Amino acid sequence: MRGIISAGGYVPYRRLDRSEIAAVAGSGGGRGTRTVASYDEDTTTMGVEAARFALRGAGSARPDLLLFSTVAPGYLDKTNATTIHAALRLDEDVTAFDLNGSVRSAVGALQLALQAKQPALVVSADLRTGLPGSADEAGNGDAAAALLVGDDSNGTVIAEYLGGASTTEEFLDRWRTPGDTRSKVWEERFGETKYVPLGEHAWKRALDAVGVAAADVSRVIVASSHARAARSLTGRLGVAKEALANDLSATVGFTGAAHPALLLTAALETASPGDVVALVTLADGADVLFFRATDAISSYRSVRPLAGQIDNGAPIAYGKFLTWRGMLPTEPPRRPEPDRISASVTGRTEDYKYGFVGSRDQASGALHLPPARVSRVGGAQDDMEPVPMSDVQGTISTITIDRIAYSQSPPIVFAIVDFEDGGRLPVELTDVDASQLKMGDRVEMTFRRLFTADGIHNYFWKARPVRG
Amino acid sequence: MSSHGIKDRVAIVGMGCTPFGEHWDKGTDDLLIDASTEALASAGIAKEDVDAFWLGTAMSGMSGMALARPLQLVGKPVTRVENFCATGAEALRGAAYAVASGAYDVAMAIGVEKVKDSGYQGLVGAAKTPTDGTTRTLTAAAMFAMCAPAYGKKYGVTDDEMRQVLAHIAQKNHYNGARNPRAQFRKEVSVETICNAPLMAGGLGVYDCSGVADGSAALIVVRAEDAHRYTDTPLYVKALSFVAGNCSGNADPDYDYTWFPEIHMSAQDAYKQAGVTDPRSQIAMAEVHDCFTPAELLIMEDLGFAERGTAWKEELAGTFDLHGELPVNPDGGLKSFGHPVGASGLRMVFEAWLQMRGEAGPDRQIDTVNDRKLALTHNLGGYPGEMVSFISITGTELDA
Repeated sequence: MRGIISAGGYVPYRRLDRSEIAAVAGSGGGRGTRTVASYDEDTTTMGVEAARFALRGAGSARPDLLLFSTVAPGYLDKTNATTIHAALRLDEDVTAFDLNGSVRSAVGALQLALQAKQPALVVSADLRTGLPGSADEAGNGDAAAALLVGDDSNGTVIAEYLGGASTTEEFLDRWRTPGDTRSKVWEERFGETKYVPLGEHAWKRALDAVGVAAADVSRVIVASSHARAARSLTGRLGVAKEALANDLSATVGFTGAAHPALLLTAALETASPGDVVALVTLADGADVLFFRATDAISSYRSVRPLAGQIDNGAPIAYGKFLTWRGMLPTEPPRRPEPDRISASVTGRTEDYKYGFVGSRDQASGALHLPPARVSRVGGAQDDMEPVPMSDVQGTISTITIDRIAYSQSPPIVFAIVDFEDGGRLPVELTDVDASQLKMGDRVEMTFRRLFTADGIHNYFWKARPVRG
Repeated sequence: MSSHGIKDRVAIVGMGCTPFGEHWDKGTDDLLIDASTEALASAGIAKEDVDAFWLGTAMSGMSGMALARPLQLVGKPVTRVENFCATGAEALRGAAYAVASGAYDVAMAIGVEKVKDSGYQGLVGAAKTPTDGTTRTLTAAAMFAMCAPAYGKKYGVTDDEMRQVLAHIAQKNHYNGARNPRAQFRKEVSVETICNAPLMAGGLGVYDCSGVADGSAALIVVRAEDAHRYTDTPLYVKALSFVAGNCSGNADPDYDYTWFPEIHMSAQDAYKQAGVTDPRSQIAMAEVHDCFTPAELLIMEDLGFAERGTAWKEELAGTFDLHGELPVNPDGGLKSFGHPVGASGLRMVFEAWLQMRGEAGPDRQIDTVNDRKLALTHNLGGYPGEMVSFISITGTELDA
């Protein structure tokens, strides 16, 4: 039996209230909220967060293959999946590939993983941009999702893959030229006339291939950037109304490449044994995948349920949102901008920088962040063992706010964090409002992009408050 | 470990110090020429009479040639040193130890910094060492701001009380600087103004932070037995101590940001070298590194001027005021002078040079020098948890 062993969804902390848009942009907006990636997040960092949740929920199962998909990669030419690979501390014989560029690449990566032989971690993330007042700006959202796919010899399968079908056709519905920060779309009706029959054909062929009747489907997920086509197709699938999954458009928005796996993750968090879940996506064709929840799903617990993450957001003002997305440049602090990081220094400190691995002196037990060769207690030399710290929580020992130092989103909130079982790090906080924090508060580590210089993204860890 | 010191083996026989400030019309070379010229004249010698030179600068030049070229020193050994904000003090250590060793008869220590050419307010880093981007890029203000709440929590000082204590430190130092013609800021500032100033970092406002300035200071050292050839009133070196921190404070959960271990250790060493047993009663004045007001508060305890947990009360009681029991920063401190990194350590010694010899002028001469013969200067460089600490003790009399 092959299927999904574990699923992790990640939505960023900030929410844009769509009703704020029109007052500034003159048009656009709407009801509800969309999720907003922080200024220090990109598709790679959000992918890391989702993948960490998925692996923490996977027991001892680990991937031999890592696939990463996004429409908005941090790098071109260079592989982005290798950064996720490093942050997860995967072994060097675990292969990492990007399948990037189009929304459809994500569901393609999932299909490849389901057809592969080895356990595979399928990570998808998107950071959805659009011009002020556009439908994409209001209707889209930022998120990531990760699915660990494998056989029951690799781990406990919670949702068996039953099979599926795809259709493909070349037509222009939406497109983006490399380098642009926005996509453009053709008249909506044209796409609808293409997508609905493509979806119907794939749906029928998939039902036949799997041997399931539409009425027996417990949950149907329809994910598409073309909302109107998705609605039209949904009405023709022949499934019960109560089987339709919430598409999260009211709270999160359409999250591009991340959306299929995000909605599947949400569905699995509430599925019961025997439930048949259909994942339907419309993007340059149609893809239909069927899963059946196994008995093991009754004992499966998501590490960080999506419902809780969606409920635990905090608002961001529209002006700040525009600044974070580069749509509204504001005056930076009058301090020097950071220098680019060194490739060779980073090469020597990869375990610490990407994996947040410290060291513990075996003689004294003293923990060192960053890892050291000579112990600060007792002075023993080269007697250290590595200690992964990324999943260890800490406490704020003391805290400060820097209104002067360079930041993409001043002021910097900074704390001395003391970790459980020893170790201390002075570290920047994120996803916080400074006035909410006090000494003694608990924090957890999160992978972020500190700054970019000379086109090099400086990825490292920050701390954020532990939330539900 | 042995730290024997060079008590009474070396004497300062001449000093110079430029006004500190925004010298838009002077470059590094000009400042070096001005300070060295004044120091040489003070000792009554020419540059050719100096056997060796130590130049302290953190970011305004590299190598001894940064001094040899503007002064046109031909065939002389010139050493450039750097040790964060103790850079000027490091030049003094080099020159004093060289003379004490017998290698040279006459040496100059000179410090300089030209910081106002960067285009930014505040200090901007000098060294561009390639990194992996994992270390923080906070301002010093934000790091020192963490000490105030930590101290308050440990010793039961309320936020309002702490605000008054820090304001008193700033007000005191500006009061002193207002009377000093070489200071950058020569204006008294009220406690009310200090408390209502815009916040810079944490709870620290503008007046809790020292400014930056351009400046230079220089001194001439000779063997103690030669001192009276140059002046009737030399200042003898009693102690020079230095500790470079191992940066454990930011890795050790037991460190609580209410004291600076490096300063405590260097103070113990300095007192041992100089034979000081009760610093509060034996020392006539202290120049300390008041880069931010919480630093001066904690330094008072690390130097043993006040018991742990009591310096905040002593500050409010005026113990460290210009005419208090033990004047601290009588020249106005970094608060009034600003902080040309390489020059500050020697600027502090310059204040000891003036006050201990009764040359500070009627507006600001302290009277503790009438019955105490020792002055202390202190620099720190770095941040809470990871700093260097330098202390000098000088005196007007040789021990019997």
